[in-house]
Amino acid sequence: MTAKIPILKMGDYLLISIQVDMHDQLALDLQEDLTEQIVRHSAKGVLIDISALEIVDSFIGRTLSHIASVARILDAKVIVVGMQPAVAITLVELGLSLDGIATALNVEKGMAWLQRNVNEGLRVEAERDDDRDAAAETGD
Amino acid sequence: MTTTETLPLKQETDIVTIRQRVRKAAEDARLGLVSQTKIVTAASEIARNGLIYGGGGQCLIERTQREGRAAVRLVIIDHGPGIANLEQAMTDGYTSGNGLGLGLSGARRLVDAFEIASQPGQGTSVEMWKWK
Repeated sequence: MTAKIPILKMGDYLLISIQVDMHDQLALDLQEDLTEQIVRHSAKGVLIDISALEIVDSFIGRTLSHIASVARILDAKVIVVGMQPAVAITLVELGLSLDGIATALNVEKGMAWLQRNVNEGLRVEAERDDDRDAAAETGD
Repeated sequence: MTTTETLPLKQETDIVTIRQRVRKAAEDARLGLVSQTKIVTAASEIARNGLIYGGGGQCLIERTQREGRAAVRLVIIDHGPGIANLEQAMTDGYTSGNGLGLGLSGARRLVDAFEIASQPGQGTSVEMWKWK
């Protein structure tokens, strides 16, 4: 009952692979742990592999949405990868669309997405800094 | 051939056990993978409702036949306050708690037959079927 879902740090990213049938508290613990680790490591991206999950019900779906929303506020991108086709069909019929969650078919595609999006975010930020510097120079 | 088992629904981890046993029954009934996933997901939703709103109860899992087809039948019963307005409770998006309001209406869409009975003060019973 004290089992936890491991969160691995790799550079700017955090990697999670959910390999157990999660009871609700375990999902909530993951949300809390992950939030804390995003801040502690200043993580820029989070990849969550759910290929071993045989179902995603409304509770797990809602937890994934919460994780994505909280991460966004903490300036980290989240991608959920590896959803089984039967799980995807069931989710849609259940009425859950996982709005606001980026998904990819597998870990490789998910990592590529993160790298693209995180780098883009950094570039936009750098440009904004440049603009500000330029404005400061001409400002006075 | 019919096999039946009854599982307790008293704590969160019981929901996980119920999911696993429903999966086993659905596999034994040789339901397709999507049908298996649907009945397991529906069981998870209804069991959680029974635990959170009904204070717990039990889940009967039966592998049986329906009109000559292999089938899984579930009956999830709680002894909670019951549901005063079933029609409202079955509406997408209606929730009395802090959920998404998809539990009952969503579960109904995932199964082939769905019956709910509830009396205020006497609990709620949900019967669900999935067949081949």
